[in-house]
Formats: sequence, structure tokens, C-alpha cells
Amino acid sequence: MSGTASETRRPQATHKVLKSLLGAWALAACSNEETAAVEEHLTDCATCADEAVRLRDAVALLHPEDSLDLDPRLRSRVLASCLARRPARVPVPDWAAPYDAETARLDALLRDIGEAEWRAPVRLRWFDGERPVARDLSAAAVIGHLMAVDGLVAAALGLPDPVGPGATDSPTERTEALWAHQAASGAPDRHGPGTAHAAWRDQSTALIRGASFAADEVAELPVSYGAFSLPLRDSFVDRAFECWVHASDIAEAVDYPYGPPAPGHLRHMVGLAARMLPVALAGRRRAGLAPPARTLVAAGAPGRTLHLEVEGSGGGHWYVPLDSPGALGSPEGTVAHVALDGIEFCRLAAGHIPPEDAAVGRTGDSEAIEDVLLATASLSRL
Amino acid sequence: MATDAPPKWDRKMQQRLAHGEAAALGELYDRFASLVHTQAQRVLGDESGADRVTREVFGYVWEHPGAYDPKQGSLRSWIAALTHQQAVERLRRAKSDDRSSPEEIEEKVRAASAAARADYIVTSMPAPLRAALDLAYLRRLDYRQAAAHLGVTEDEARRRLRLGLQLLSTAHHGPRVTAPRTHGGAR
Repeated sequence: MSGTASETRRPQATHKVLKSLLGAWALAACSNEETAAVEEHLTDCATCADEAVRLRDAVALLHPEDSLDLDPRLRSRVLASCLARRPARVPVPDWAAPYDAETARLDALLRDIGEAEWRAPVRLRWFDGERPVARDLSAAAVIGHLMAVDGLVAAALGLPDPVGPGATDSPTERTEALWAHQAASGAPDRHGPGTAHAAWRDQSTALIRGASFAADEVAELPVSYGAFSLPLRDSFVDRAFECWVHASDIAEAVDYPYGPPAPGHLRHMVGLAARMLPVALAGRRRAGLAPPARTLVAAGAPGRTLHLEVEGSGGGHWYVPLDSPGALGSPEGTVAHVALDGIEFCRLAAGHIPPEDAAVGRTGDSEAIEDVLLATASLSRL
Repeated sequence: MATDAPPKWDRKMQQRLAHGEAAALGELYDRFASLVHTQAQRVLGDESGADRVTREVFGYVWEHPGAYDPKQGSLRSWIAALTHQQAVERLRRAKSDDRSSPEEIEEKVRAASAAARADYIVTSMPAPLRAALDLAYLRRLDYRQAAAHLGVTEDEARRRLRLGLQLLSTAHHGPRVTAPRTHGGAR
């Protein structure tokens, strides 16, 4: 079949239609009949053949995955190398570094997940003092929860409180209030994951910035959580911990891999949880959930101690006073020894594993060990 | 997030970097690291090289925030251009080390530049064209399915696919990647 012969035979409309198909053809996005028709036409028509080659070459410039996940460790390496080249005039305080890293990690996760994945139910788990509980929420609601509790820190820094002025200190009540507010201002779908994500991210960057500018002046400011309070510097570590925990809840719901924090940051988190244990123990005793203290110890005096040994990434040794938060934990007073992995300890403190299921090496007073493991799980909340 | 931030964001960021605010550096990284790394990886084809380019680019911006001129275009396009320069330099060095001929090196640089221009064209082309390309290329829909998905006629879907590829094909001979953001807007 000669080219000129068939070209004269072909009506003008066919050339137009076939030309309009060239893009779809180059992308292998037309039917078999159309593909065959285009390819036949290309042997006849030089202009279309030229364009076909150009469009095919253009397809070769496309590539499948644009956002390959960046290794989160790259962020700290790049930032450290920048700061070595030019020291910051306004650095991010050390105590805010875990929060900076964890919020950046969650932000990257949220940018990566697709619209459909935002609708996957996210299971939150915690320990209510006696038993594990769980609740399924949307990712947007989880982000709202993080934002509501981060708002305690915002208020302490003099930044706007997302729950509104004069809001309660209780993390759970704050969360419920923010959800109610979100529900009232539109259907959750229309309110949209994008909105929740952006609002949370704006607040978390404002917190890091606020901490950077105020630094030393605010590090010891008390932040009240209702039932207890923490110095602001610890509060940032607590918020980093919760950000990691809920980010991994979201990641699990959408089947994304999500690793632990950097070892240095994990150590801050483990250390904070360990320091909160004596108060948690006392709280359980007051609530009748733990047997009373065996001995009375004067504040500041050494008493019965549990030696908590956290192994692996972020590990270390902590001596937890068992009798009262005011007593001094010491190696000499040790009546029990508990050894567990850092990630396992965090999962326990997050209420993600029940105390009886934690992989723990134990020696010594078994009642003390059980009290401390239960107290660790009780650090978790919604 | 491919689109440019508002110019106000760019200027504010520049001031904060100039002021030596580490928190601003973190925000800059969070916004642009994926752009920088993806582009560098596309030129170099290896991850550790892309890591190094990422370090170089952010190091340069942090040390020289004043080198960015908002009148010349967005912070994003400036950073894309820096990335391209750095990546191409690294590619030239790597290739001359492995004793490629100058012609081979230039061919590789030419291909890498086209690839980088293509990325930039794709991320700045009109959204309807990009959406059509994404459906046909990434999700492997045929143009009829794409039309249904986009809620347009089949004619329109064919037109968008062809136009999108025509724009993209200019990457093979187009200007440098530093072109300002009007680049992909032409019809």
C-alpha cells in the first residue's frame, strides 16, 4: 500500500481525528482499534509521524513516582551541616528538637498519603488505669486531638489557643471541645483533611518558633494538664512523644512504614516517662488502683527503689522511688530490677501493649514490678 | 505540593533565614527537600549523590539567603535552579572521574537537563493538563476513562493529553530550568 495513494483516499476528517489521538496514542491510552488506525496513518502522514515521535519522546520524560519518601534522618543531617557552616543566631532549643523532628516527620507523612487514605479509620489505643481501651477515629480527628493538646503549650507561650480562650486544661476535654467545634463548623469531609493538616502544621511551627525566641526564659514555665503539670521543656518532649505515637497510629492505618525517633530524642522521651512514674504511682494509690506504700519515707530521703533498665536505642538506667514521689531512688535501695527495650517501654507508656504482655526481664519484688508496669501504662491517655 | 508559595511567604522566609533563625531553616527544608532530592536524584541517578546535593543546596541557601532575588521569580524556582547547577556539576565531576569522553559527559548532562526541565514543566503546567497526564500515565487509564474521571468530553481529554505532551516535549530543546514561572503557562 503506497503512502500517497492511501492519503488521497482518506477523508480530511479522519486525519483530524487521528491527529487528535496522538497524545493518547503516545501514552498508550486508546483502544486497540484506534491504536491500529493511528499507526497505519503514521506510515502515510509525515506531519503526524513527526509529532508522534516528539510526543513519544516526551512520554519518556515522565516518570512514575515523584515523591520517593525521604529518609527522615536526612533532615537532621542536612540541618546539622547547615548550622555547622553558619551557626544560628536564634537556635531551636535542645528540648524542642524532638518536637521539631517528630512534627516534621508527621507533616511529611500527611503530605504523602492520598485523599482516600485520609478516610481510613485510625485506631487509637490507651490504658485507662485498669484495662486497655481503643477508639476508631478519622485521621483528621487524630490531628485535631494533637492540635488541641499542643494548644496547652501554645497558651503557655502566649500563642493563640486553638480551643479558644479560657479553655479547660484537661487534654481529653480539650480534644472533645475541638472536635465539637470542628463538627459545628461544617461536615468533617468538607472541613477536610487538608484544613486539619494545615492548621496543625501552622501551630506546630509557631510553637517551635516561639520556643526558639523565648528559649531560656520559658523552659521552666509550668504547663498544666489539669491533673498534673510539667515544665515547658518537658512538655515539648511529651508532645513529641505523642506526635510520634499518633503518627505511627495513622501510618499503621494506611499501611505506611514509620520508624522510631532518633536515638537521642527517644532517650529524652524514655527519661521523661521514667521521671513521671513516681507521680503516676502515687496517683494510682490515691485512686485505689495500687496497694498503699509499704514504708513512709521523708521527702528527699532514699527509699525503696525500682531499677529501670532500658536497653537498645535511647536506653539508660533510671532509679524509680517506690514509696513516694518525694523519696529518692537509689541503687542501694533497689528492691526490684526491670529490663526492657526502649521501643517496648514507649509502647507500654503509650498504652499500646497491656502491661502483662510487655517483654520484660524482671527480678526482685514482683508486686513493685507490677505496680510500676501498670503505672507506666497509665501514663497513656486519649 | 508543587505550586509556588505566595511571594509574601518567600520574602518572609528570606528575612527569617537572613536573621539566622534555625526554625526557618527547618521549615524551608520541609517545604523543598523533596523537590531538591527528587531533582538531584533524577540528574545523578544515585541516592547518596542526591543526599549530598541536598546538603549543598540547603547549605548554600542558609549561608547566602541574600542571593535570592524575589524579583527574578519564586523561591521554589530559584532553589530548583540551584539544585540543577549543583547536580550537573557533580555529574560532570563523576563522569570525568570515570573517564567518560567529553561527548559522553555532555550527552549525559543534556539528558539530565531535559529531565529536570521536564519535571519543572510538569509541576508548573496548567492543572487540567497535568491531571489528564497523571490519569493516563500514572493510573494507566485510557482517554475515555480519563474523560469520565475528569468530567469532560472525550474530545477534550484527547486534546489535553496531546497539549500536555506538546508542552513537555519542549523540555528537549527549551531554555534553562531557571526560566521564571511563566514557563509552563503558555498555550
